[in-house]
Amino acid sequence: MTGGRRSRVRGAAPVVGLVALVVVLAACTDDTPNALDPQGDDAKVLADTWWYLFAVATAVFVIVAGLIGVALGRRRGGADESDGPTTIEPARTTARRDHAVIAVGGVAVPAVILAITGVIAVGVTAARLEEGPDPLVVHVTGRDWFWDVSYPESGVVTANEIHVPVGRQVRVELDSADVIHSFWVPQLAGKVDLIPGQTNTLRFTADAPGTYRGQCAEYCGIQHAHMAFHVVAQTPEDFAAWLEARRSPPPAPPPGSPEARGREAFLGLSCAGCHRIAGTTADGEVGPDLSDVGSRSFLGAGTLPNTPANLADWMRDAQAIKPGSNMPPIDMTDEQVASVVAYLESLP
Amino acid sequence: MTTIDERDDRPGSPGEVLDPQLEADLEEAFSEPPGIIGFITTVDHKRVGMRYIVTAFVFFFIAGIEALVMRTQLAQPEAEVVGASAYNSLFTMHGTTMIFLFNTPVLAGFANYLLPLQLGARDMAFPRLNAFSYWVFLGSGVFMYSSFLFGAVPDGGWFAYVPLTGSTYSPGLALDFWALGVIFVGISTTVGAINFIVTIFKQRAPGMTANRMPIFVWSVLAMAVMVIFAVPAVTLSAALLEADRLGGTGFFVPEAGGSTLLYQHLFWFWGHPEVYILLLPAVGMMSTIIPVFARRRLAGYVWVVSALVGIAFISFGVWVHHMFATGMPPMAMALFSAVSLVVVLPSGIQFFAWIATMWDGHIRWSTPMLFSVGFLIIFLIGGLTGAMVAVLPFDTQVTDSYFIVAHFHYVLNGAVVFPIFGALYFWLPKMTGRMLSERLGKASFWTMAIGFNLTFFPMHVLGLMGMPRRVYTYQDGYGWGTLNLAVTIGGFLFGLGTLLTVIAIWRSRRHGAPAGPDPWGAATLEWSTTSPPPDWNFAATPVVTSRDPMWEPVLEEAVSGDDDATAMLGPEGAEARRMVVTTGVAAVPETSSPIPDESYAPFVAGVGLTVLFAGLLVWTGVVAVIGVVVVLAAIVRWTWRTEEAG
Repeated sequence: MTGGRRSRVRGAAPVVGLVALVVVLAACTDDTPNALDPQGDDAKVLADTWWYLFAVATAVFVIVAGLIGVALGRRRGGADESDGPTTIEPARTTARRDHAVIAVGGVAVPAVILAITGVIAVGVTAARLEEGPDPLVVHVTGRDWFWDVSYPESGVVTANEIHVPVGRQVRVELDSADVIHSFWVPQLAGKVDLIPGQTNTLRFTADAPGTYRGQCAEYCGIQHAHMAFHVVAQTPEDFAAWLEARRSPPPAPPPGSPEARGREAFLGLSCAGCHRIAGTTADGEVGPDLSDVGSRSFLGAGTLPNTPANLADWMRDAQAIKPGSNMPPIDMTDEQVASVVAYLESLP
Repeated sequence: MTTIDERDDRPGSPGEVLDPQLEADLEEAFSEPPGIIGFITTVDHKRVGMRYIVTAFVFFFIAGIEALVMRTQLAQPEAEVVGASAYNSLFTMHGTTMIFLFNTPVLAGFANYLLPLQLGARDMAFPRLNAFSYWVFLGSGVFMYSSFLFGAVPDGGWFAYVPLTGSTYSPGLALDFWALGVIFVGISTTVGAINFIVTIFKQRAPGMTANRMPIFVWSVLAMAVMVIFAVPAVTLSAALLEADRLGGTGFFVPEAGGSTLLYQHLFWFWGHPEVYILLLPAVGMMSTIIPVFARRRLAGYVWVVSALVGIAFISFGVWVHHMFATGMPPMAMALFSAVSLVVVLPSGIQFFAWIATMWDGHIRWSTPMLFSVGFLIIFLIGGLTGAMVAVLPFDTQVTDSYFIVAHFHYVLNGAVVFPIFGALYFWLPKMTGRMLSERLGKASFWTMAIGFNLTFFPMHVLGLMGMPRRVYTYQDGYGWGTLNLAVTIGGFLFGLGTLLTVIAIWRSRRHGAPAGPDPWGAATLEWSTTSPPPDWNFAATPVVTSRDPMWEPVLEEAVSGDDDATAMLGPEGAEARRMVVTTGVAAVPETSSPIPDESYAPFVAGVGLTVLFAGLLVWTGVVAVIGVVVVLAAIVRWTWRTEEAG
């Protein structure tokens, strides 16, 4: 009879799966926003919590699946033959044993495991609430389908790319201008929703310089899939320089240059109605702030790498790249496209 | 000690030939008009139950096709199989269909079919209400899917969070189809639950005390009580959403002083109990099937019953764990985190009851048992990841990621659909009189089991690797491509496995071996009558003396007495179209009640409701009023006839 063997095979399959999980996680690419490759204090605590949960769950799985396998395979002789006497009525001792098995295996042991887990959960929750002495405050507003970013202390405004210094706690204040979004940078912190009508808070401290991908995690409409952002963690010096460069508006390009023609075109076309560029008359609020778009790594909220060619494609027909987004196709001559690209890419 | 073999020699054994005169009388009392008229007017719980199951499976395959289209789109990065808009409609309709139009009604179908038979009764307490609840289910399903004809398919996700689903961000009819459809189908679920509860309390065979009720009956009772308390919350959330959309009320609009989180509280106050509303009947099926194939009584009956009832209560205290990322006060959430861990305990009890049952059983590896073992392993994984996501801080990493998609498919697909497939192989022979192919059954099981795990296990990893749910595409370079391809292959394999069962069912119509009354040597009363059962289920009411009446040496049948309470017990007094009513706890015969005749009223009332909801959808008073008038007329006719018959 193969029943016992089968059950052991079945029990083994998910164990193989668990091993595969570890292997796959180890084989992530450098760009994978892997929650188990934490680069910040909050994500580190949560990854530790995961490894505890994973260890306990694996142990419980192996034990319970093993018991199921043994229970199924114990009596080889009787299986598959529907004739032959079979016990229906458990003996009195069996009934007592049933009670003991259920009371210990089904109640007592799980209660202990769950109690320990509960204490850990509350402890971690309390620890995550602690705010450091001098956090950097960043305000993030979710919009369909990009992220407004501002630094209240310095008045710097940007979008879709959040620069932070390593080693200093960051307090992200989150709200939404339209529907519910969720702020998730798996390598830095657990996610927190952006909900219209309330301001939520998320805290983390980045450990190492690097660029960490985040993405909206709450379904927010047609372009939920293209609502990513990046957190750029920098050394305190680099961060200070980055912030300083944005405190004052970017200088106007020299007259007659392609950049100057681009600026003129930008302000004259419909662009300025939706986008803001510090120090210009462009003060639209429908699309992301472009004051430092030239220095950002991505376009369209993480949709495309920021290259002049991609920017040109994006301006001509963003609907082909991010259908349903609020960026309409712009009717521009090739010359206009080239100069506006030159202008935008020149922004710090 | 009793053995299965001794059992077959007892008097009153299954399939006993009836006295021809009695049979003729019963035939006459229970005859139904043939053809389409009989189809529309029937109130027979068996016909209604099978109809529920067939209709629900149609929706199952529709939802499955939706899932496979999604998986094709996600098989590789930046694929262009379907666009963003279509994808968003697909996942919305997949979830909505699976929850509202497959899982809930298919279990209601099994409960409809099995409850009276397991209770030793001739029909449900309210047979016409039963027919009505089916027509409402069908009407609401057609209503929601008619959105495809209007090009206004709901696309707000199956939990339709505001403000995305308000009129500002979702203009048009799509979300009206969803919200009204949810209210509509809730009527079916609620009247069905009322019917289950009354049937369980009033229609049990003499001697079937609460302490002897079959475990599936207990699970349906727990489910039905949960429905009564939970469904009003989702009805309210959908109704307020419609009020906001149509009437501009602003319940969920922050600028108008409303609250977006209010919607989430209302929705999940139903939404989490709903998980157990689906799960409980499924585990009840497992607690019925496992002892049959282990060939010993269920270990720890009282433990298992307590676990079912415990879940019914505790699951009302965990809804906030769906909202751990909403920024509520952390220590308030910690309370819900703790309760969410406690709700694991009743499942632990059931696991060890099943293990103890199998421990000294003699396992028969028939297809229903294979699906049961598959269920055990899958539910174990789903339960463990459930305990993980109950841990508040950890949940903030995985909620709304593919990890959570993996978790709830292990529970709602694995731990509910596997029992349902096991139940098909187990109970279809009772319903049709023909066995299903074991060969196809086993092939179907293994294909489904491998496909299932290949589909959903890698999703855990994808979630931890940062892939959010509900994205219609993803970019290359994040390491998500390979696993997504594996998931897609698994999805098709799973779909293939389900088709093998369809083939097995199709083939059994011609080639299935005759089942006989009791092909499995099972324990409950449905196996004491022929397969398929006669219209009257039981000529004489069985008398129950234990929890496993068919495993007693003798299954006694009641004889008629001369007072009202016992006149109907039979066989000689049983020929009328009446059924026995017993007391709620002790199941002592109390009186008898007429079984209503077949009637157009439930169908007409269902059609009237559909017209009413169509009127609300297009916001046209005249149409809505016509619907109301039709419903009222049908109800008047309905109650009128019942009194005449009484």
